[in-house]
Amino acid sequence: MSETAALDSAQVAHLANLARIELSPDELEKLTGELGVILDSIAKVSEVATPDVPATSHPVPMSNVFRADEPGETLTTEQALSGAPEHDGTRFAVSAILGEEQ
Amino acid sequence: MAKADLMDFDKALELFEPVLGFEVHVELNTRTKMFSSAPNPANNEFHDAEPNTLLTPVCLGLPGSLPVVNEQAVRYSISFGLALGCQIASSSRFARKNYFYPDLSKNYQISQYDEPIAFDGSVEVELASGRTVTVGIERAHMEEDAGKLTHVGGATGRIQGAEYSLVDYNRAGVPLVEVVTKMITGAEHDAPELAKAYVAAIRDIVLALGISEARMERGNLRCDANVSLSPRGSGKLGTRTETKNVNSLRSVERAVRYEIQRQAAILHRGGTITQETRHWHEDTGTTSPGRPKSDSDDYRYFPEPDLLPVEPSAELIEQLRAALPEAPAVHRRRLKEAWGFTDLEFQDVANAGLLVELEETVAAGAAPAQARKWWTGEISRLANASSVDPASLVSPANVAALVALIEAGEITDRIAREVLEGVIAGEGTPAEVVEKRGLKVVSDDTLLIAAIDEALAAQPDVLEKIRDGKVQAAGAVIGAVMKAMKGQADAARVRELVLERANA
Repeated sequence: MSETAALDSAQVAHLANLARIELSPDELEKLTGELGVILDSIAKVSEVATPDVPATSHPVPMSNVFRADEPGETLTTEQALSGAPEHDGTRFAVSAILGEEQ
Repeated sequence: MAKADLMDFDKALELFEPVLGFEVHVELNTRTKMFSSAPNPANNEFHDAEPNTLLTPVCLGLPGSLPVVNEQAVRYSISFGLALGCQIASSSRFARKNYFYPDLSKNYQISQYDEPIAFDGSVEVELASGRTVTVGIERAHMEEDAGKLTHVGGATGRIQGAEYSLVDYNRAGVPLVEVVTKMITGAEHDAPELAKAYVAAIRDIVLALGISEARMERGNLRCDANVSLSPRGSGKLGTRTETKNVNSLRSVERAVRYEIQRQAAILHRGGTITQETRHWHEDTGTTSPGRPKSDSDDYRYFPEPDLLPVEPSAELIEQLRAALPEAPAVHRRRLKEAWGFTDLEFQDVANAGLLVELEETVAAGAAPAQARKWWTGEISRLANASSVDPASLVSPANVAALVALIEAGEITDRIAREVLEGVIAGEGTPAEVVEKRGLKVVSDDTLLIAAIDEALAAQPDVLEKIRDGKVQAAGAVIGAVMKAMKGQADAARVRELVLERANA
């Protein structure tokens, strides 16, 4: 394992908490391993991505794909809220997070 | 920090040089959002929408949804960049700014990082003294706004005590342009005023371009003010704070002044400034610490893989440059001439940030002098009393209607003040307030004559004096009649009638 892959289960648990994803101990163990492999792979790519190789954000050389400024179909509030674990009928309810006021 | 613990402003300036920087966020008023065809609540057409009604799967970051760039928002951003004297990037890219906070449901904000659409410009800012300060613009980049959180529960209603938060994603995805200044030195005593004048200059520019409603009280235009103090002669920059939540021109000025005085007091007694975000509190006129901030805040920016680069052609840029409206500074010179104001009168209006209001009031039919009188007088006084911007109290159309009622002799100046209060209280147009409150001037001569005869009979000595040619004695009778009419009479007409009746 290379240095960058030094990911432990406590870090994965922290990320899961930030993302509000509940993980069982089994899932946590499995994901720690899988994410470690991903980090390893990325580390390999980083070895060849030297500063003289420009960053690629998209595999297809295209630009200027735009949309006209015309309103389209929207979701109903019911549809929008349908995937939310909690809501008050008009707004999503999320657990309080320590941070800054918006 | 309690007001008493702040350092006197002049003393602070003696010991330290203030260094400023601003980040102004402007919500564009395109009809749809930045990356989706959802209606844009920053456009007046959709401003009053109910929570979570202006959404597409893109706004919620639902699986399988893909953002597509709004062409109009790009054109607006380029025009804005050009008006700020910026270079326009021939190729610019979007980036993901990753963070965990539920104001955006996808855990990242689409912004621009190292390839902003516009960079390296400047804005001329005029101060009350006539001094002009050139503020350098580092960059202007495109991004999306975040949703609105309402914190519920907890003892104080503040986030630290909140039990849960309710989220409205209508604002998520509203097109934003963030304008970042270069470091501003040399403002000295003018620093607080410059802060206000700079934000007003940005407001004037976007209004002239017609690319934003620019209503600060609605959050269309928001300013984060960076302030640091450099000890005189040290040649060293101080630690900066970033004050957020500054929602009016007046607050920008107050917040910068407060931070200078607060930081000076801490530094002077040997303390250190914490690099942090601070929140401005309109009610107390103070700032309080928010989140500690460091340059190493890791947002793990990376190029947005769902979007392609924006590469405006030289033709498009030149076409937009040619279509730029008159620069606000040039426009101002033209207005001053058209209105026939003296330097002082014009500065008065400009400093109050009321040029746009005045222009619209005059366009709605009011005489420039009258429009100036009401905006810089009574309306500003009422706005000051409740710590809001005058523009948020009353519309230019209603001010013009008020002036028209006075000119038509339907109400007196004094009554007009009461009508204005009614309009501000939401009772309707000036004409409706006059009607509802029964404020119309008593122009029925028979009513006036009855009151005059009564007053003359009650003051026979005054009647004698008037008949002896001591016209100034009529004042007592006029006063009594005006009182009887509850002020709703034209004093000049009353005077005429008093003299007529006394000599009858």
